[in-house]
Amino acid sequence: MDNLSSENDTLIRYRDDEPVDHAAVTVDSFLDQSSASAVRVEPGDDARELLPHLDRLSLVEVNFPAFGDGRGYSSAQILREAGYQGELRAVGDVLVDQVAYMRRCGFDAFDPDAPLNEDDLETALSRWPEVYQSAADKRTPIWSKRHA
Amino acid sequence: MYLYDQYDQAMVDARVAEFRDQAQRRLEGKLTEDQFKPLRLMNGLYLQLHAYMLRVAIPYGTLNSRQMHALADIADKYDRGYGHFTTRQNIQYNWIKLEDAGDILADLAEVEMHAIQTSGNCIRNISSDHFAGAAADELVDPRPYAELLRQWSSFHPEFSYLPRKFKIAVIASDTDRAAMRLHDIGIQIVRNDAGELGAAFYVGGGMGRTPMIAPCIKEFVPLDRLVTYAEACLRVYNRHGRRDNKYKARIKILVHEMGAEEYTRQVDAEFEHMLSQGIEPPYAELERIRTFFEDPLFEEDASADIDRSDPDFALWVARNTHAHKAAGYVSAVISLKPVGGIPGDATSEQMRLMADLAKDYSFDEMRVMHTQNIVLPHVRLADLHALWTALEEAGLGSPNLDTIEDIIACPGLDYCSLANARSIPVAQKISERFAASGKTEALGKLKLKISGCINACGHHHAGHIGILGVDKKGVENYQLLLGGSEAEDVSLAKITGPGFDEAGIVDAVETAADVYLREREEGERFLDTYRRIGMAPFKEALYG
Repeated sequence: MDNLSSENDTLIRYRDDEPVDHAAVTVDSFLDQSSASAVRVEPGDDARELLPHLDRLSLVEVNFPAFGDGRGYSSAQILREAGYQGELRAVGDVLVDQVAYMRRCGFDAFDPDAPLNEDDLETALSRWPEVYQSAADKRTPIWSKRHA
Repeated sequence: MYLYDQYDQAMVDARVAEFRDQAQRRLEGKLTEDQFKPLRLMNGLYLQLHAYMLRVAIPYGTLNSRQMHALADIADKYDRGYGHFTTRQNIQYNWIKLEDAGDILADLAEVEMHAIQTSGNCIRNISSDHFAGAAADELVDPRPYAELLRQWSSFHPEFSYLPRKFKIAVIASDTDRAAMRLHDIGIQIVRNDAGELGAAFYVGGGMGRTPMIAPCIKEFVPLDRLVTYAEACLRVYNRHGRRDNKYKARIKILVHEMGAEEYTRQVDAEFEHMLSQGIEPPYAELERIRTFFEDPLFEEDASADIDRSDPDFALWVARNTHAHKAAGYVSAVISLKPVGGIPGDATSEQMRLMADLAKDYSFDEMRVMHTQNIVLPHVRLADLHALWTALEEAGLGSPNLDTIEDIIACPGLDYCSLANARSIPVAQKISERFAASGKTEALGKLKLKISGCINACGHHHAGHIGILGVDKKGVENYQLLLGGSEAEDVSLAKITGPGFDEAGIVDAVETAADVYLREREEGERFLDTYRRIGMAPFKEALYG
């Protein structure tokens, strides 16, 4: 894969560090080679296989070949629950109406197939004044505010 | 009943604004229909044969008179003056315009209602026992647990794009009035040997084209771990549920193919991990929710006497009331199954009357039953005659609860784009046939359920008698099934043999009913007789 994300003008990041400058490899390749620091998780991959190696990962791309396939949300949650601090990037069929849930599951970068409208994106991400669940974004759930 | 605080209201209001924005972007062409479809479905908006249908959530089937009035107003303002109460304890409107949907959601939000997750591949509206909080036989009121799970499942970021739809039912009685084991997750609140309350989890049930009865995967989950265990169940499903074939994507297929034991092992491992994640609301939140479901102030010395001298009233009392936990009270069922009518339909005028009667006679509370009737849960025996008189005058006094006239029917080919055959006319003809012959009374408890296609929205697998409409070379054809039950004696009905045309299926139902009347022993329901004598005598009578 040669479309380095740093050259990609559809990339949206909510991080201050520099993007990783090399391409992500498949989960199988990653597990075979100790040097890679970027990996791409496909919907059928088990993100738990990455957990022993989180300290050498700087970028995890989670691919959404079709926006209706929600396995990537669990992959993201699992990585964040295990303490992964690096970039977690949703790639593929990433649409503005799903990004708020993706942020909640711990994604902090988006590289969509089609560019997102900036105004629509901002509206979507500021839509929800409260949340009902505890998730990877660590927002305070309603039940916690009720019993603060 | 549960009342919103500022947080609940803010969430529903945000949803209205979000949907307006999404509908606007669809109209501007910024969203394709493929992109918009799951978004509108998660707001209950389907495209049917003739128009959009909007399905409004009635959480665990409970609503007050103000809400019922709002539903009536919506029927008048945006639809054709009626609505249809569904097997998910919801209401749906069949003649909606897309342009009106945002305004309808805004009207609903005014009365603490919404259409959130009434469709789509997400966790749907949670159903429960329609006699919850009233039934003499319940352990506790199951609705606080359903409400806790409602909030957890609303806008769940990880589980909004599941392999397929996901339905949860919560009960707290050994008598199952909610088809608990035919759900993706069925929860029964139980008490263990130590006297503590907990939840038994049944996972992987469902109807549809491959009906399955859910196995119990966990006999006791402590109440302060309920949300965490449900989250673990969902995560394993989201990971492994099939996405290559929508007909094999429900959790029942996963549990069946993986095996209940292996599924449970994976859920338990996920659960152990999640216990450290802090996702469980504090127990104080469950206690807060419980305060909304405390008993109303029942009259202490309410009279247990009832004047049954009017035989029509006596019949209605015998058939349409259910034992209450408070002396001098019953739960009264308003049948939405008038002979020859459309099962589950109510006009706006009928909705307003039911609302007003609930206010006068039932502490301002109603329930929608999964059998598409309405319950007034807490009625004084002393008020029953006045209630019945008002219902009779409005055509709502049919004394046919749990009889062969109390038919569940899906919308069928009259409305639904998935249907192969009409359901409603078959239901109408059967209720007319049995009302006219007078056999309804003799047949006693007999649950008849009709689906217009194999997706089984009419629960035909769970009918004592089930009817499945199929398409046979372009002609509507109806298969007959016998022996199903959605109750605590859950079983799946079996097909008798070759199908029938529309007139033939009505005759076939009567033939099966006659076999029962001939063969039954003292105290047996149709289902009991079928289970004792088996399919052969019915086949002989039908095809012999």
